Amino acid sequence: MLKSRKEPGDVIIGLEVHVQLNKLNSKLFCGCSPKYHDAEPNTHTCPVCLGLPGALPVLNEGAVVDAVKVALALNCKIEERTLFYRKNYYYLDLPKGFQISQYDYPIAIDGKISVNGTGGGERHIRIRRVHIEEDPARLVHKGPIECSRYSLIDYNRSGVALIEVVTEPDLRSPKEAREFLNVLRNILEYLDVFDESLEGALRVDANISLAGGTRTEVKNISSYRGVEKALLFEIVRQKNLVRRGIKITQETRHYDEKRGVTISLRTKEEEQDYRYFPEPDLVPLGVCNRIDDIRESLPELPDTKRQRFVQQYGISEYHAKVLTSELRLSNFFETVASEIDPILSATWIADVLKGELNYRGLGISAFPPKHMIQILQILRGKNITEKSAVQVIRTILDRGGEPADIIKQKGLIKVEESTIAKAVAEAIKENPAAVQDCRNGKNEALHFLMGQVMKKTHGRADPNIVNKLLKEKLQCT
Amino acid sequence: MNVSEAKKRAEDESVEEVVTSLFDNIEKSELNAFITLAKESALKEARKVDRNGAKGALGGIPIALKDCISTKGIETTCGSRILKGYVPPYDAHVVERLRAEGAIIIGKTNMDEFAMGPSTETSYFGPTKNPHDLSRVAGGSSGGSAAAVAGEGVPIALGSDTGGSVRCPASFCGIVGLKPTYGLVSRYGLIAYANSLEQIGPFACNVEDVALLLNVIAGYDPRDSTSMDKKCEYTKELRDDVSDVKIGVPKEFFGEGIDEDVEKAVWDGIKILEDVGASYTEISLPHTKYSLAAYYIIAMSEASSNLARFDGLRYGLRLGKDEDWHTTFSEIRAQGFGEEVKRRVLLGTYALSAGYYGKYYLKALKVRTLVKRNFDAALKDVDVLITPTMPFPAFKIGEKTDDPLALYLADVNTVPINLAGVPSISVPCGFSGKLPIGMQIIGRHFDEGKILRMAYTFERHAGVRC
Repeated sequence: MLKSRKEPGDVIIGLEVHVQLNKLNSKLFCGCSPKYHDAEPNTHTCPVCLGLPGALPVLNEGAVVDAVKVALALNCKIEERTLFYRKNYYYLDLPKGFQISQYDYPIAIDGKISVNGTGGGERHIRIRRVHIEEDPARLVHKGPIECSRYSLIDYNRSGVALIEVVTEPDLRSPKEAREFLNVLRNILEYLDVFDESLEGALRVDANISLAGGTRTEVKNISSYRGVEKALLFEIVRQKNLVRRGIKITQETRHYDEKRGVTISLRTKEEEQDYRYFPEPDLVPLGVCNRIDDIRESLPELPDTKRQRFVQQYGISEYHAKVLTSELRLSNFFETVASEIDPILSATWIADVLKGELNYRGLGISAFPPKHMIQILQILRGKNITEKSAVQVIRTILDRGGEPADIIKQKGLIKVEESTIAKAVAEAIKENPAAVQDCRNGKNEALHFLMGQVMKKTHGRADPNIVNKLLKEKLQCT
Repeated sequence: MNVSEAKKRAEDESVEEVVTSLFDNIEKSELNAFITLAKESALKEARKVDRNGAKGALGGIPIALKDCISTKGIETTCGSRILKGYVPPYDAHVVERLRAEGAIIIGKTNMDEFAMGPSTETSYFGPTKNPHDLSRVAGGSSGGSAAAVAGEGVPIALGSDTGGSVRCPASFCGIVGLKPTYGLVSRYGLIAYANSLEQIGPFACNVEDVALLLNVIAGYDPRDSTSMDKKCEYTKELRDDVSDVKIGVPKEFFGEGIDEDVEKAVWDGIKILEDVGASYTEISLPHTKYSLAAYYIIAMSEASSNLARFDGLRYGLRLGKDEDWHTTFSEIRAQGFGEEVKRRVLLGTYALSAGYYGKYYLKALKVRTLVKRNFDAALKDVDVLITPTMPFPAFKIGEKTDDPLALYLADVNTVPINLAGVPSISVPCGFSGKLPIGMQIIGRHFDEGKILRMAYTFERHAGVRC
């Protein structure tokens, strides 16, 4: 008989999230543009970001302001004095042999944000630190990383400003990790510090362990779904190892997005020694005197906006949450709600439009707010049915066009009451059995007759009117 | 040849003649002062000046640059095999300034590999010889620049000074060399050995030319975060008057290991300044004795990081074998770096590694703070400090190469100045036999004007010139 083994305990996850400040005008330490994503390799470079002998870094103040904004939004404490360090290690993508980063005295520490816990309720995730560092160059491999015969190096990314947000190991499931990233991404979007649609804009390193066990680090995951999947894979892998009595080794693993698996990159015999020391070419920086100004410049953040939506528009907590989950969606809602009843707007945008967009993998920019306003105005004037309104939205998303034209082309205008009355009379005449059943109180028969009327009016009759007229004629309840 | 002689010759003959005869001198010379001669571009520039007339503060004046200062289009090797063939695609800030003022760059001078050494013996391109005695070293690490000025008739040159690398060869070769205040001259384009300590500094036969060159290279540069806007017109500070100056003589700089002739020559020098009106008092800088240890730990630590970029991947030495990248990097570095560079990189790596950082690097930084405070306190009571530049005159080539520690001791009087970041000038103050001796005048931060005035007054009254 198998000896009973201790079942693996809780899952412990900590994240290091690298965010590219790709909206700045220049890289972290030089004047090169960080907008390299559509450019030929090695065209956005200079002696500084190539690490040529003799070149010196000069700090981009915009990056510091962005980092302070993020830190404030994450409820961090801004440090009085901040310092840059050299993190020394050899790798092909690192042109100087060290990365300029922060070690002691990062720009901010001790923050927290709340996320929806997997088991319900809010959970507070502590932020250990926020710091600024430069991005290395990008390696381009022929084929998968572990069997590529050579690497090509593109230095366009070298020196782009990054902020790294490091959590405490407070996350308890892959889903919670993904939820955390959603909340973080939402805040970053509101702060307008990065364009997440660009390659490499957000990269995650995840540390994961089972309670009391050795932890592994999965590096460079570049999608939200990837984080959840990589973590799930790691948990299963680690649990299997524990069940089979095999020791988990402390190592760095690579997540293969295509295959959905993690692969060992390098085993850490011991913690790598980065020989951090203060970067002699940059002077210590104090941001204290500017914190208040930066705080004042902060836009309304998702949490505040959500609360305001509930109070100002009287919409549900759920709708407010959906509508504030993206900055542009929240703006879209406010534009529509300025013309149309906010509760009606919230329902149609959060429940209907958002669903249609998600189904098609589209963003809110695919749908002009003025079209939503028109559709809701027509709907409110009882000139189309709700079903037709959904049809208009789908048509606009699939083929484009103006709501009024689509309604006209598809003949979606609601039919007159007299036409409905005529159809009702016909349906009663043609279906005596159903009429009898209906009078005997069979609800299904009433539904059948309604269906017949809708068929005759090509679905353009207002169901309420059909219902009302049928009941009048049949005098049934 | 000094600047005014060069100007006169250019007027009498032509700039082209001046430059051509310089190249003749250099090519005939046994000093090995140059690694690269920029003959073609220099002559082209010279002819241009002859055609259009001299423009700028250094119009048509030839200058030699230490080979760690980046020059666009001219090979820059740092005296190392690992950078052989590297042609920078950009000019250092100082080179931009020199070109803007019309100077003609005639070549890149020999140096200790990556500026590590006080003798120019660690250069991959062989040692530079002392113009006063070919069997002796020219000093280092800017030995090539000093020898070019002292022995080959180059009017002005630039070096870099991390722990004495301008002042030591100035002293050994009998010329004037200045290490400016940290932050006065932009380091942009200076290939780093130890960033927090080094400054680019001028060499010349006389103080006036040093001041003239400093006028050109000093000043704020937004590309160097440690650069300061503190420049003034140094040539205007040169007056034969030191009656308002209080000299401090720190006894720690006259201690054990100082050559008798050196000690006497420097005291005689102080006497001369006293005779023309300066006053002096003996003072103490008690933390000086820890300076050397702190200096070497800081310099080697920074060097270990600075030199990491030399991997042969994009420029410099390539061995032509394609193996996996760690093997390729390791072999290039094993073959590209000399013994002294490897020693310092290894020691620096060790000093920064986990568990030793606090014991060595952090402690060295604390000593540095104490040394700095010593200087600040002393320079409150007195205006300048005077000491010997080097504890002894130029030694024989090969004499100390087997004993790196003995060589490190040579820097004992110059490194505390780099730790403190204050300016310091070495002026010739006599001879030991045929070998020159240098006197070091140290000033307050950004008080280059005063030490140049001291040096200028001394030069006029002592009559020691190259």
